[in-house]
Amino acid sequence: MIINHPLLGPRDAAEFTYLGDAKMIHRPTAWEAEDALAQFTEYGYLRDNPAGTHRELWFHEQGDRSWLVVTRDTTTHEISDVQLARDVARAEGRGK
Amino acid sequence: MTYSGFRVIKEALTGHRGWGPAWRTPEPKSHYDYVIIGGGGHGLATAHYLASVYGQARVAVLEKGWIGGGNVGRNTTIIRSNYLLDGNEPFYEMSLKLWEGLEQDLNYNAMVSQRGILNLIHSDAQRDAFVRRGNAMMLNGADADLMSTEDILKRYPFLNVNNARFPIKGGLAQHRGGTVRHDAVAWGYARAADRRGVDIIQNCEVTGFRIENGKCLGVETSRGFVGAGKVAACVAGSSGRLMAKAGMRLPIESHVLQAFVTEGLKPVLPGVITFGAGHFYCSQSDKGGLVFGGDIDGYNSYAQRGNLPVVEDVCEGGMAIFPMLGRVRLLRMWGGIMDMSMDGSPIIDQTHIEGLYFNGGWCYGGFKATPASGMAYAHLLATGQPHEKATAYRFDRFETGRMIDEKGMGNQPNLH
Repeated sequence: MIINHPLLGPRDAAEFTYLGDAKMIHRPTAWEAEDALAQFTEYGYLRDNPAGTHRELWFHEQGDRSWLVVTRDTTTHEISDVQLARDVARAEGRGK
Repeated sequence: MTYSGFRVIKEALTGHRGWGPAWRTPEPKSHYDYVIIGGGGHGLATAHYLASVYGQARVAVLEKGWIGGGNVGRNTTIIRSNYLLDGNEPFYEMSLKLWEGLEQDLNYNAMVSQRGILNLIHSDAQRDAFVRRGNAMMLNGADADLMSTEDILKRYPFLNVNNARFPIKGGLAQHRGGTVRHDAVAWGYARAADRRGVDIIQNCEVTGFRIENGKCLGVETSRGFVGAGKVAACVAGSSGRLMAKAGMRLPIESHVLQAFVTEGLKPVLPGVITFGAGHFYCSQSDKGGLVFGGDIDGYNSYAQRGNLPVVEDVCEGGMAIFPMLGRVRLLRMWGGIMDMSMDGSPIIDQTHIEGLYFNGGWCYGGFKATPASGMAYAHLLATGQPHEKATAYRFDRFETGRMIDEKGMGNQPNLH
């Protein structure tokens, strides 16, 4: 699998390590909320696990150590989109 | 039709004209007491024990493809019970005991071969960990034997014990571990369940659940609606996909694990060997091929095929301890999809939907668990209570923090 790094160009997936669903960018902040336990259980443990398009976090561990959001088809391993996780997080309203 | 030595000889002398199909091909009925989704090892074992131990005959097993075509037909066939944690060890030891009596129970030759499994030790820290594990196993009634390098070399003289990075300093053996003919497990359970009246319905895909007022009334299938008192999902590998149809999210990711088999060789490897430091495990099949595997590919996948970096990694691991492997041709490789759960341990539980039960999250250790999984699931279905050896396998452990994290990796499924 080749991951087309937005800064470095095409890199072998073997240089990366995998974290999982890109929704993990959105960690719950309301630790004092009534349903904080449910929120954090969902965040930490429950996954959509789709067969098809999946947005996921990859870490360029043996490269520039950036985090990427990779959009990949889990049935074919075809990668349709790669972005810096930093840019995705900012666009989704985090890290202000 | 009972199988016996006498019958084999009789058929041999009469041109093998007396054998019939091992199980029926029934049409789905409109309603069953129990509908089991998934005709793999675990689903068929569940049906068998529901019928034979719990006396339930109105059972259907719905299989999307054909019996034995899923993960039970694509694994490395190893059985063992060398676990450490309280939630796991009694369960897998129950499984090993059931394997030991399986062929008599099913009247089917599943080729259960207790050739022994050996986990190699490469460092003092690893020896300490394996001594602890061996003690935990013996406390739970399993067998464990700490072997010296000399003892290992007597049995496996070809091992490279002087590898510069991973010298072999001993090993933890479980002599009751071994291998089983994986297809025969599916066929044996299917035949035994069928003989007790279970309907095994192949080419019948479950396309949805009929859920009204929080109660599951049955399943929609490619062959029409099938009503059920209790619906039991048992499709490890596809659990995420199936349970999404019931609106559930699971503590599971689906990952691909590759396995490999070489060309047939004369007998060279008497037992199962695992190389934990590099993650490689190997046994020799009765046909002569060396069957081996290693790590999962490490990212969500339903592709049933892996990628080359893991092939390279596994073969490197093999070469580190078996230099002779370099002379052997790889015959084929394949990938199976597994439920990688968040703590590396399985789930056997009822769901929040009444009448809907779940069995999955086996990570890549589901084959060895087949009999105990079936027994525990059948117990849960028939009695409504978890089996005494499977009380830890509940959904709520992720919320309450009672994880069974055998490898201590936390909630990262690709590391288990």
